[in-house]
Amino acid sequence: MTINVIVFGILAILAVASALVTILSKHPIRSAMGLVFHFFMLAGLYLSLSAQFIAALQVLVYAGAIMVLVVFVIMLLNLSDEESLKYKINPRQVMGVALGTALLVMLGAIYATNMSSGSYDAGIAQEIGTADNLGKELYTNYILPVEAIGLLLTAAIVGAMVLAKRKLS
Amino acid sequence: MLQSIPLEYYLIISATIFIIGALGVITRRNAIIIFMSIELMLNSVNLTLVAFSTFLGDASGQIFVFFVMSVAAAEAAVGLAIVLALFRAKKTIYVDEVNILKW
Repeated sequence: MTINVIVFGILAILAVASALVTILSKHPIRSAMGLVFHFFMLAGLYLSLSAQFIAALQVLVYAGAIMVLVVFVIMLLNLSDEESLKYKINPRQVMGVALGTALLVMLGAIYATNMSSGSYDAGIAQEIGTADNLGKELYTNYILPVEAIGLLLTAAIVGAMVLAKRKLS
Repeated sequence: MLQSIPLEYYLIISATIFIIGALGVITRRNAIIIFMSIELMLNSVNLTLVAFSTFLGDASGQIFVFFVMSVAAAEAAVGLAIVLALFRAKKTIYVDEVNILKW
């Protein structure tokens, strides 16, 4: 057990636990705080894969921008605890969910046996993850998608303003 | 010498978080929590992309993560605006009480 295995284990357990907090807590603000914690743990996992630029983006964009928006909306709506569902849950649905989960666990087991990926070249991985390398890729090979994303974000901003302003009749 | 974590572990964590997110979408009725569960699923896919990118020594995976994040940001802006408009019109954000698209 080296230090990075221990760090990976802690990050993984905390990431799954905070994801559970997100979907299980009654009050939305507690969910949001669980999700912020989850995003930080994911940033740690990205760092363990030596993807430094993506880890920084994760903290800035997700934990920073998106979650501020979510918390702001929760505050605006002044929500209280969620009551439980009014209709009864169909046992067949429960079975379906349980079976789907079991299937995915089995898929994970199959991955674990068949894919002997071994290790990767840490030097190459560190070169790939830098802002330098990713920036060069974005502005040479992927310049058209970057422009398209710019257009999409502009459209989204305009759409959000129109939607939030107008009254739904 | 640091021992590297096998790829399968990242994939298993990612699958677990994806399932948690999907369960959140199925079982919750608060639209904002459903929205956050969708973010959970997007993030688990991002983790898979970064893991493959590192293990294959190819930058494309991390570029895709960049685009997924941009689309998620756009989705957050529009989605929360829809939640606000819905609350203004119907005074509720519980998805089982909303039936404006039903006729």
